[in-house]
Amino acid sequence: MLTGQFLLLGAILFCIGVYGVIARKNAVLVLMSIELILNSVNINLLAFALRNGSADGHTFALYVIAVAAAEVGVGLAMVLLIYRNRRNIGLDELSEMHG
Amino acid sequence: MTLSLTLAAGWVAPTIDYHALAPEIVLAIGLTVVLLVDLFTTERNKWLLSVLTGFSLLGAVLPVLTLMLHDNSVRSLFDGRYVVDEFSLVMKGLFLLAGYVIVLLSTSHVEEGDYWRGEYWFLLLSSLLGMMMMASARDLVSVFVALEFLSIPAYMLAAWRKRDVKSNEAGVKYFLLGVFASAVMLYGMSMLYGVANSTLLIDIGKSIDLDGAFGAVQALAIVFVVVGFAFKVSAVPFHTWAPDTYEGAPTPVTAFLSVASKAAGFTALVVMVLTAFPEGRDVWQPFIWGLSALTMTVGNLFALRQTNFVRMIAYSSVSQGGFVLMPLAVAGGPAGESALRAVVVYLLVYAATNLGMFAVILAVSRKTRSGEISSLGGLFSYAPAMGVLLTLFLASLAGIPPLGGWIGKFSAFQALLTDATPWAYVLAIIGAVNSVIAFGYYGNIMREVWMRPVPHGDTTPIVTPSSIQIALGITAVVTLLFGILPGIVLRFGEMAELLGAFGG
Repeated sequence: MLTGQFLLLGAILFCIGVYGVIARKNAVLVLMSIELILNSVNINLLAFALRNGSADGHTFALYVIAVAAAEVGVGLAMVLLIYRNRRNIGLDELSEMHG
Repeated sequence: MTLSLTLAAGWVAPTIDYHALAPEIVLAIGLTVVLLVDLFTTERNKWLLSVLTGFSLLGAVLPVLTLMLHDNSVRSLFDGRYVVDEFSLVMKGLFLLAGYVIVLLSTSHVEEGDYWRGEYWFLLLSSLLGMMMMASARDLVSVFVALEFLSIPAYMLAAWRKRDVKSNEAGVKYFLLGVFASAVMLYGMSMLYGVANSTLLIDIGKSIDLDGAFGAVQALAIVFVVVGFAFKVSAVPFHTWAPDTYEGAPTPVTAFLSVASKAAGFTALVVMVLTAFPEGRDVWQPFIWGLSALTMTVGNLFALRQTNFVRMIAYSSVSQGGFVLMPLAVAGGPAGESALRAVVVYLLVYAATNLGMFAVILAVSRKTRSGEISSLGGLFSYAPAMGVLLTLFLASLAGIPPLGGWIGKFSAFQALLTDATPWAYVLAIIGAVNSVIAFGYYGNIMREVWMRPVPHGDTTPIVTPSSIQIALGITAVVTLLFGILPGIVLRFGEMAELLGAFGG
């Protein structure tokens, strides 16, 4: 079947996500990159579930989707906090503390 | 699709052992009550919430005790996906008692600030419930859900002081790195599932074959999973969030993150490497070896040059994490059981000592309103009890007998020497050198406390609220007791049998 292609798609999405987390300086874009990684995980899980013929992967993917929604909720709330206090969501300017 | 439908047709409700789940159930009821009471009480009666939180934690300790005393059998629920064995019971006891001490530490802090009190207690209890689940989770899905359950409330706690830019920064850094780490870990988990065709850790353990057709995939997956937990336990080079988050978060939350959250990360790491990856030891042993050596050294070197007390404690707790990783680096070999024991003993001792340290910081900073090390000058001259207690906790962290810390370090080194391989000896030497370096900054604080003059000559005595006094009492007694009678803590370590590890 197409399992190989799905896994390749998952791997490409994962790499784009990791690149985005490292390269982007905007909090919202970093959050989006993390979502990309989580979706690559979902594609992987579903492809494997198809190949293995078991329902475990589907269940796992459902959990990942639910938890990702919770994570984004908290993440956007924090970005909003930062924006309210600083009028800016650039991560490289978040440097109140260092050393 | 057809397959899932047939599965659904044959589904029977699992029998649930309610006694085994009792600690979690009590905690879940407790946090619901806290949330509801918060809704219906006026500002004046919010003090009730801290009392309720404390009682639900102590209430959850009771079933843990009855489960420990009941019999030695392992209770396995949901086809082995949720296991209540001795290891999980010891860790649950640790989380609950650490949680209780943190409630004591937070009470005055929370009551005095005009912050969101109800939410604070609710989030604290949620995170602790996640930790309890983590101790029992033996399935990729439940490990993942437990990890997020304990992390998401912790992100919010770190950013709890909404209008403080530092607290915002602490929360965002912790959140972004934590979520990134768990995403990478999930990618590893998806590969583990793909090869094993099961999410049960024991089945994954059986499927791992590094020389097989999927050896490379599994090796990569193991590295990803270990990296995910390395973030959680702030192992170098995945520690970058820790100092900023610890400094920016409210101090009781810092105590929570550096003790309970870290212990939960280690619990998960231990369960993963010992039950799911024993056959993959050629991958994770060298990896954890490197993490451990780096974590101890880098944590110490950065701690040496800090002038802020909380930030120094942050780096010190990073480096203490390296000592916990040290026995894990040989856990796949013949020294496996003594390594597991060493991790449990170290975590117990570290929890008592570090919480005590934070109790002193909280008490002293109520007067000094400063986090600088120099603000501790002459502490002994005007607050002798605080001076002595701070010295006690520092000495325990440094590993001086007869305090708790030495027995933790002793069992970690013992595990390495039991392994008796050249790599283990090298790591033991790195650990020994680092123990000596750590004296540098712990000693620096002691010198400040005992020998330096009081800043601005301000010798007004410190007023300590009774909740912090109780917390100081508990942690000091436990730290001393573990050191003078190491048999107690070693027995907990020996008790901690982990189902599925070492072919058991």
